[in-house]
Formats: sequence, structure tokens, C-alpha cells
Amino acid sequence: MSIVLDAHHEEDHHHKETFITKYIFSQDHKMIAKQYLITGLFMGIVGIAMSLLFRLQLAWPEQPFWIFEALLGKWAPDGVMDPNVYLALVTIHGTIMVFFVLTAGLSGTFSNLLIPLQIGARDMASGLLNMISFWLFFLSSLVMLMSLFVEAGPAAAGWTIYPPLSALPQAQPGSGLGMTLWLVSMTIFIASSLLGSLNYIVTVINLRTKGMTMSRLPLTIWAFFVTAIIGVVSFPVLLSAGFLLIMDRSFGTSFFLSDIFIQGEVLHYQGGSPVLYEHLFWFLGHPEVYIVLLPALGITSEVIATNARKPIFGYRAMVASILAIAFLSTIVWGHHMFISGMNPFLGSVFTFTTLLIAIPSAVKAFNYITTLWKGNLQLNPAMLFSIGLVSTFISGGLTGIILGDSTLDINVHDTYFVVAHFHLVMGISALYGLFAGVYHWFPKMFSRMMNKNLGYIHFWVTAVCAYGVFFPMHFIGMAGLPRRYYTNTAFPYFDDIANINIVITIFALIAGLAQLVFLYNFIHSMFYGKKTVQNPWNSTTLEWTAEIEHIHGNWKGPIPSVHRWPYDYSKPGYKEDFVPQTLPLKKGEEELQH
Amino acid sequence: MTIVLILSILILVTIAIWQITKIFELSQPAKINDSQIADNDDNNTQGKLMFAFLAFIYIITLFSFWKWGDVLLPEAASEHGSQYDSLMWITFALIFFVQTVTQALLHYFTYKYRGEKGKKALFYSDNDRLEAIWTIIPMITLAILIFFGLYTWTDIMSVEENEEALVIELYAQQFNWKARYSGEDGVLGDANVRFLQDFDGKNIAGIDSTDPNGFDDVVTTELHLPVGRDIIFKMRSQDVLHSAFMPHFRAQMNCVPGMITEFQFTPITTTYQMRQKPEVVAKVKKINKIRVEKSKNLVANGEEPLEPYVFDYLLLCNKICGASHYNMQMKIIVETPEEFEKWINEQPNFAESIQ
Repeated sequence: MSIVLDAHHEEDHHHKETFITKYIFSQDHKMIAKQYLITGLFMGIVGIAMSLLFRLQLAWPEQPFWIFEALLGKWAPDGVMDPNVYLALVTIHGTIMVFFVLTAGLSGTFSNLLIPLQIGARDMASGLLNMISFWLFFLSSLVMLMSLFVEAGPAAAGWTIYPPLSALPQAQPGSGLGMTLWLVSMTIFIASSLLGSLNYIVTVINLRTKGMTMSRLPLTIWAFFVTAIIGVVSFPVLLSAGFLLIMDRSFGTSFFLSDIFIQGEVLHYQGGSPVLYEHLFWFLGHPEVYIVLLPALGITSEVIATNARKPIFGYRAMVASILAIAFLSTIVWGHHMFISGMNPFLGSVFTFTTLLIAIPSAVKAFNYITTLWKGNLQLNPAMLFSIGLVSTFISGGLTGIILGDSTLDINVHDTYFVVAHFHLVMGISALYGLFAGVYHWFPKMFSRMMNKNLGYIHFWVTAVCAYGVFFPMHFIGMAGLPRRYYTNTAFPYFDDIANINIVITIFALIAGLAQLVFLYNFIHSMFYGKKTVQNPWNSTTLEWTAEIEHIHGNWKGPIPSVHRWPYDYSKPGYKEDFVPQTLPLKKGEEELQH
Repeated sequence: MTIVLILSILILVTIAIWQITKIFELSQPAKINDSQIADNDDNNTQGKLMFAFLAFIYIITLFSFWKWGDVLLPEAASEHGSQYDSLMWITFALIFFVQTVTQALLHYFTYKYRGEKGKKALFYSDNDRLEAIWTIIPMITLAILIFFGLYTWTDIMSVEENEEALVIELYAQQFNWKARYSGEDGVLGDANVRFLQDFDGKNIAGIDSTDPNGFDDVVTTELHLPVGRDIIFKMRSQDVLHSAFMPHFRAQMNCVPGMITEFQFTPITTTYQMRQKPEVVAKVKKINKIRVEKSKNLVANGEEPLEPYVFDYLLLCNKICGASHYNMQMKIIVETPEEFEKWINEQPNFAESIQ
């Protein structure tokens, strides 16, 4: 295999690349990674900006804001936001953040960048499919953004788009053309995700360099690999749910609809059930949490080991817990549906499987903490974000024990308690993973370094604000305030928690500002950052043996072969505190990986 | 309230000032280090900041409990409420303990082992016994939680039809609730949205007029419950998904078009008794203080002042259902059986209301 690739690579050198083949329709995985990252960051700006808008509304519901009218136009006459638009904002915020930023932006970027570089391959198994995958993602982003501009507004049924609300334009204006575009966009997105995932799986299985056994794969690759498998297993189910919903919406079938009377009219639907949709949706929806989270954990494993100058503690346990999480993630979806009307016995089954998933998660958290123990921690921005990730992963994960328990879920289901929980455990954690990855591999992507001090400011303001936003949210949730409420002023009962909403919004606004620091740092460093050396972090993995300048094929000479596992940091018997994977074992040296 | 704001802003400003001075210091031409590589000074400061961050997590936790602890879980008013609450507080105590310890270890290690040039880390890659410990301990803890959780769950969720129970249908539509009582025969008449337009739209819950059981059914817009009596709720929806959420009764169930869902509980405290409870009195007082403040502003702008708040049990919609989702509510009144009988007898039944 590698011989064929080498020959192919030689040929490539004679190609004259045009601007279009190099920067736009590129088949080079490094360029595609950058394209994913930049598109993802742009979508992130849109998604976060939306959250700031509805946070303003929640904190000061009686106050008009000129910015609403400036940005939302006729949907916010005199600066007063329309309730439908509030729902549209939370819906699109959720969709964009979960799928476009934390799935495509995170997984797309780092799987593409790191899989070939860390396993020692010249490129992805199929550069063409990889390119198509990105452009489908780009197209789906465009369609999603387009849906913001339709007359009746974008989809507004929540990011889970439960029918009948999402199926009937009579129920909500956003369920008209806006919802159609949402479904079209997600269909394209899923096609993109599947092409990407299949490519990652094939590449990891087939294109590992000599000596790169599965047990020598860096944990990043394990995470991306397993994530891709989860994606391939679960995304098609969402696709089928989407198709059935399209059938119900446009062709008069009754998969999810039955016995409906709306706007003075009895509809013809009979025999379907929205609960069926919920099952199909969450069969993807829950694994999706791990599609978002596992790559972030993989990045964290790599960043923490490198910067602690220590082997990751319990490599085998880490791999086992990734596999366990992947398996369990496909059989826990029902915990989103404890009170959906499904048989309570099923609820107890899902409680059991859900709480089981806490075990591999706990193993991972403890292993990270032990990796820090007696390390020589290099506290650069990437490392801070990784440690921050472990912190929010624990804080957010623990409340999962409450939500995963069907009994306790009764009173906190769909309240702000849930919002606090999943934002900490998957939203903030995955974002931290994304940031850690960008700070750590920026030199690999752009051959330059980012500014450290701006990175520190970015981390500290974000870290303080993340807790400032989501910690108080647990309280308003436990008080019984449902999520997706346009305002809580309709209930005098909640008047005493209005001030908590103000605190949350202030923290959210500051956190939003802090992301500008990151953006400035990112863009500025891309052009004016200090040139990097080949291996700035003294890392052991293969990507740092590749050329600094991006060339098609990654290595000028032959692909290096691998002789040891990726975590030989501070190994006794070596002068340096890292031993690259390419260095053969010394005579009598044991490959300590257990 | 203002304290937390000032405190957090102070922290942020301190960090910002420190960072800015640091930038100026580093931008001295002699020792430019604009790369990301952390030097000894960085490791030192960042390590200490991480330790300070641990303090921040603890402070924000304690502060929130001190300041807002009173809003956590409304007063329970159903028979299974205390069971629910004790499970909640046990779980809470557990996660509180784990959170405190693990965050301490994480941030303390970051501080303690902050990097130093020339130091070498300990090569320590695995320990089967440690791995076993932190696999088995969570396993046992979770097994106990699962056991208690499932026991309570089965107890709460098993709906047992019985003679004494009062059967009430909760009927959801965009954007209000209705309750249907089964009347003297104790049986709810069949219903379907297809009957909604019968009798010039007076059939507001879609009762089937060919079913004799339906004529004595009573449809109301307030939910009255007799205290101490087992109540079986049958939920229906006429348009989209809704969720009947009654936080004081630790009760919630989705209302699904095309099917009937169920929930059962026994209210144990009347609205009147609840209003006398010191916790509720304190809460109402607090809310009214806020409302008086707000009213001052309203009156100054020439608007009506807010009405004073009186405690009532709530039924909220807790599944996104459209524009007025945030205001889909119904008043619940728990009263003595005598009061309940009197009230229900005053309501017109289906046969009367369609005339």
C-alpha cells in the first residue's frame, strides 16, 4: 500500500497547483481541515451571537433593545422580540452549535488534520470523497443560514424538531418553508458527515504506517475512529426520521401524526405517533452527544499527556472506556423520553443503561487527574483549556446522575437544570476541546504560533464566565422553570428568580466578548504569528515529524515508521523528556504501555 | 446579588490588568516571547491561578446555595413527594461530595506540579489496582442509586385503577389546559378531536355524544383536587406535544396527540394549608417585595401596578408548543373533599353545556 502511495506522491510533485485546486477544491486533508475549521468558527459566531440575543431577552423581558430591531427587523418591532422569533433563535442556536460547530467544526477539523498525520499516511483514503464531504457541509451551512431569511422565519420547534409542532405550519410559522430548509440542510449535512466518517474509518484501518499497530495509536485517533463509527451507525437513523417527517409534511402520510385538530380544522392524519419520532431522533440524538464529546476528550488526552510531560495514565483503560462509551451511547437514548408516554418499564431499562455510562466516564476523569499527578505541567493555553475541559466534564457529568435517574428526571425534565447540565458536559467541554485543539495544533495548521498571553486572557475570562452562566442555571431549573420560555413573567411564582437570569446574562455577554480575543488572536497569528519550529511542544507523535510547510503527501522523504507507543514522555534512560514514536527501542528496552 | 456581580467583575478586572501588565512587560524588546510556549513564569502564574480557580468554584457554589438555596425544589405536596425529595437530596449530597473532591484534586495537582525547566515528570503509565478502584467504586455507588431509583420509579409510575381513585382528564391545546371530570358514573366518556366541531363548537373536549358515559362529564378550566384522594390523570392533546408539569406534586407527563398518557398521585396539602407554611409565606413575601418595586416603575410610567401575588399550585406546559408556550398554564386548587364536592356540583356537565 505504502509503495503505491509513494509513487503517487512523486507524481504529485510535478503537478502545478492552481489557486482553485489548492485553496478551494482542495483534496489535501490539511487544507480541508482548515476549511472545516474556518466554516465551523463562522457558524460558531452566528450560534453564539444568537444565544446572546435571547439571553438579553430572558434577563430583561420587559425592556426593548434597539439591537433586536437592528438585527431581526420586522420580527422585533420597536425592539420587542416576537415570541416565535425567540423560539427560532433557540432552535437555530442549538442546531448550529451541536451539528455545525461541535460536530463538523470539531470532528471535521481535527479528524482531517490529524488522522493522516498521526498514523503516518500521505492523505485520507479518498481525497475526493473528503473534498465532497467538506463541500456538502459548506452547502448545508449555506442552506441553514438561508433559512434565517425566509418570510415566516426559520425553524422554531426546538433543535429536536418534534412533530406535530415541526410538521404543521398551522402550529407555528417556522414550520413552513423554514422547517423545509432545516430538513434539507440537515439531509445534506448527514450526507457530508457519512462521507467524512467512512473516510476516517477506512483511513485508520488501512493506511497506518509500518509499526503503527492499533495499540500504538494516539488516543486522538482512537477517539476520532470510534466517533466516526458512532456517526455511521446513528446518523442514518436521523436521516430516516427526517425523510419520514418530510413525507408527513409534504405527502400526507401519517408516520408521526394522528388525531389533530388545529386552527379550527380536523386534519386527516390518523394512526401515527410522535413518540416514534422521538425514538428515531434520540437514537441519533444521544450518540450525537458522544460524537461531539469523544473527539474533545481525544484532543484533551493528547494535550494533557504532552504538556504534563507524562504518559497518559491507563492507555488501555482509556481505549476501553472510549469503546464502552460508544457501545453504551447507542442504548441510552430513552433517557430523553422518560415522561414521553412510553411504557414506564422501558424507563427503568434506560435508567440502568444510562447510569452505567457514568462508569467509563468516571474512569476517564480519574485517569486525567492521575496523569497530572507528579507531572511537569507546561501550562500553555491549550493545556489550560484541556484542564478546564476535565473540570466542566466533571461538573456537568455529575448532574447527569440526577437526569439519568428516571425518578429524579420527573421534576427537572426540560427545565433549566437540563440546559445547565448539557451545556457544561457537552457544550462547554467540547468547545474547550476545540480551543485546546486549535491552540495546540495551530503551528501544524498555519506554520505559525498563536499569541500566548491573549490565549491566557481568552481562557480565564471564558472559564470564569462558563461557570458564571451555567452554575446558577441549575438553581432556576430546580425551582421548576421550564426551558424554551420566552419570558418567565407570565408566572409571578418565578419573580424571585428573575435576578438570577440577569446574573447569567451578564456572564454570557462577557464570555461572548472574550471570544473576540480568540478570533483576533486566531486571524492575526495566521498572518503575523511567530514562525514555528518543527516540534514546538516536544511531542512524540508523528505529525511533528512532518514538514512545517504544507506539502501534498506530508513527508518529503519516505513515511517514517513507528517503533513505540505515543506516550513515552519522561521515560527513564533518556536525556530528553520525550521519545518520538519513530525512535527504535533500545536494546533490552521494554515498550511500557501497560 | 450585587455582591456576586461586583465580585466577578473584580476577578475579571484583576485578571485583565495582570494580563495587560504582563503583555507590556513581555513586549520589552529584550525578551520577546510572543509564542505559545509556556516559560517558568507562565507556569508559575497559571498554576497559582488554577488554584485560585478552585476557590472560585467553591465560592460560586456556596454563594449560590446561600443566596438562592431557597428556590430549590418547591415545597412537595404529594404523597410520593417526600420519597422523591429524599432520593434527590441523597443524590445531591453524593455528587456534591464527588465534585468537591475531584475538582480539588484536579486544580491542586495543576498548581502543585506546575512546570519548571529542568524538572522531569514521573514516568507512571498504568496501575491496574487504581483502575480497578475507580471502576468498582462508581459501579457500587451507581448500583445503589439505580436500585433506589428504580424502586421509587416503579412505585410512582405504576398507575393502578381502583374504585376510590378520582379519574381526571387533562386536555391540552395551544395554549391552554382543560380538565375533564368523569362525573357521577366515574367513567370518562370516549373522546376524539373529530367531535370538537359538534354542537357548534360547544364540545370543547371532543366528547363522543354516542357514548352514554360522556354526558355527565364535567369540563373545567381550573383544576380542583380533593386532598388525600388518589388521582389518576389521563392526558390528551388536541394539536401538538405538550407536557403537564406540576412541580409541587413532583409530577410530569407529556400530552401526545393520538394517545392517552397517564400519571397518578395523591395530593396531601390543601392550597390553604400550603399558604400557611412558613417557607411559602417567606417566598410570597419576597416575591411581593419584588413586585412592589416593579410596580413603582410601572406607575411612574403611567401603567397599572402589578397585582399582589398569592400562592397557588401550578400546572405548566413544559414541552415547546408554539408562540405562547411560555404562558400555557392552569391554576390548581387542592381543597377538602367537601369543598371539592360543592365546587364540582356547581359546574355544568356535558349534557347541560351542549344545550
